[in-house]
Amino acid sequence: MKHLGFYIIFLFFLMSCSSKEDDVYTPVAYNLEIPELFADKLIAPIIPADNPLTIEGVALGKKLFSDRILSGNQTQSCAHCHKLQEAFSDSSQFSEGAEGNLGSRNSMPLFNLAWNFEERFAWDGKEFGLENQVIEPIVNPIEMHGDLNEITKRLNGHHSYPDLFQLAFGTSEISGDLVAKAVAQFMRTIISANSKFDKYLLGKASLTAAEENGFNVFMSEEKGDCFHCHGSNNNPLWTDNQFHNNGLDATFTDLGLGDISGDPVDNGKFRSPSLRNLTFTAPYMHDGRFSSLEEVIDHYSEGLKFSETIDPLMKKVNIGGVGLSDQEKADLKAFLLTLTDEEFINNPAFKN
Amino acid sequence: MKKPFYFFFFLLIILSCKDETECCVNPTIAIKLKFTHNWDGVELSSSDFNEFKFRTANNDLISISRLRYLVSNVLFNNTIESSSTIYSLIDIDKNETTLLVTGVPISKVNALAFTFGFRDEDNLDGVYADLNSASFNVPEMLGGGYHYMQFDGKFKDSNNADANFNYHAIRAADITDPDNIILQDTSFEVDLGNIEITENTTIEIKMNVAEWFKNPNTWNLKELNTVLMPNFDAQILMNENGQSVFSLGEITSN
Repeated sequence: MKHLGFYIIFLFFLMSCSSKEDDVYTPVAYNLEIPELFADKLIAPIIPADNPLTIEGVALGKKLFSDRILSGNQTQSCAHCHKLQEAFSDSSQFSEGAEGNLGSRNSMPLFNLAWNFEERFAWDGKEFGLENQVIEPIVNPIEMHGDLNEITKRLNGHHSYPDLFQLAFGTSEISGDLVAKAVAQFMRTIISANSKFDKYLLGKASLTAAEENGFNVFMSEEKGDCFHCHGSNNNPLWTDNQFHNNGLDATFTDLGLGDISGDPVDNGKFRSPSLRNLTFTAPYMHDGRFSSLEEVIDHYSEGLKFSETIDPLMKKVNIGGVGLSDQEKADLKAFLLTLTDEEFINNPAFKN
Repeated sequence: MKKPFYFFFFLLIILSCKDETECCVNPTIAIKLKFTHNWDGVELSSSDFNEFKFRTANNDLISISRLRYLVSNVLFNNTIESSSTIYSLIDIDKNETTLLVTGVPISKVNALAFTFGFRDEDNLDGVYADLNSASFNVPEMLGGGYHYMQFDGKFKDSNNADANFNYHAIRAADITDPDNIILQDTSFEVDLGNIEITENTTIEIKMNVAEWFKNPNTWNLKELNTVLMPNFDAQILMNENGQSVFSLGEITSN
């Protein structure tokens, strides 16, 4: 009987230890569903080891993305300039910041960011890594103009955020670093891979004659020669995420990558945007100078301007470009529109 | 019941002995291939890019913007000891210039060879995720598969104005009849001869970039500059000039 009493006490001791461990909540791993074409054709998405996706982290990031609390005067959220209906871009040429200031570049669309393998974000590659990119507009004076110390103070005093950070990161002490991690987690889940052309590649849709001709213009080195910078059926990102001077200007008011690297050979270079969802992402180019796809195609066909750093892939610059026929232009546009992903902009997982 | 037990025990001993024997009969090592680049003997790196500082055999003054190419099918003593196709995209601008080859048999003298580009049997459309991700594909209308090389830059034209060149090497494709494309494997094997290697050997393989414009065909950039991928004859010329581009450099052991 003596032993029995001892065992019962020991058992209670063990049980109490166990319940203490249960108090430490472990966030649940988020299963990032990789689209079939991406899995078949591309290397794995970039998920930093120190910021794995979790259900709680992604949900928190989504909430933060749409919360005005992240701007200095609490009037603007990330979603203000990155609207789902516009493929997370902005139809205004230049977005208005929290204090009414206008920027000088068009808001970049946000999708498939985890497949930016070299992790240089923004038009000029200013930020390395998505977590760093998240913070940039928050503190940028002409964008959300926030002060990270002030913002984290607000979040720490908020009625629900400390608990949500506790669930996502195991601490209720909110820092700028954790804000960046949460928003970056959400942004890595923003995937677009269900356009008509994706379905065509998967054998689930067929192209019209015009769309097929347009794809051939896109892939032909002597016609559009778009594939060298903008992906292909084998690179369904439809961008190389590299920096090019695509002949927009003879002289530059915006140096792009050159401003970041300090190297004149980078002047006028900007990151190639994806050609997915062009239906929703007008206006086009880093400065939103073209309001229609026709203008974009005309630019590559006959509007190229020479500058010292123009990309060698820009052909026949001396005569303005390759000179596509009207039919080729129309077909090219028809093909580009097959990269539209209606399901993406209506995905409830991204809706606020 | 005892007999099966002894049988399995005996079998286990035999199997473990076999593994031991295999490991020691054919020991292998890892070798690093390091690709370096020069212009007729003058070292060339990405810091030399985007400057008009190189003159071709045809007296064309050029600047280089990008130079990346594929090497594959690395052979030691005419065999691939590694289990998978070995290939690497050498990219000067990104300073990706080495290829680690594992499973190299230890023997005093090894004959080293590799393929510039992909042989037809390896040049399969869209199957290499890393090359797709690097946008190194060739359009299906040109036979698909992958570029062998993307060599881009500028040259001074006859008016001394900047003009672009895209010296892109691929499998030659005659697309005169789009419904009946004629393909010709224009990858080529580079034989570097016999090499003495030990563990941790680094083998330098030198590319003389000037040779692409020189030998045996003097390349006239004023005539052959862009849209060379669908140009069957240009691809044959590239193949011929490529034969003298590579040579064996230093062999070092750490």
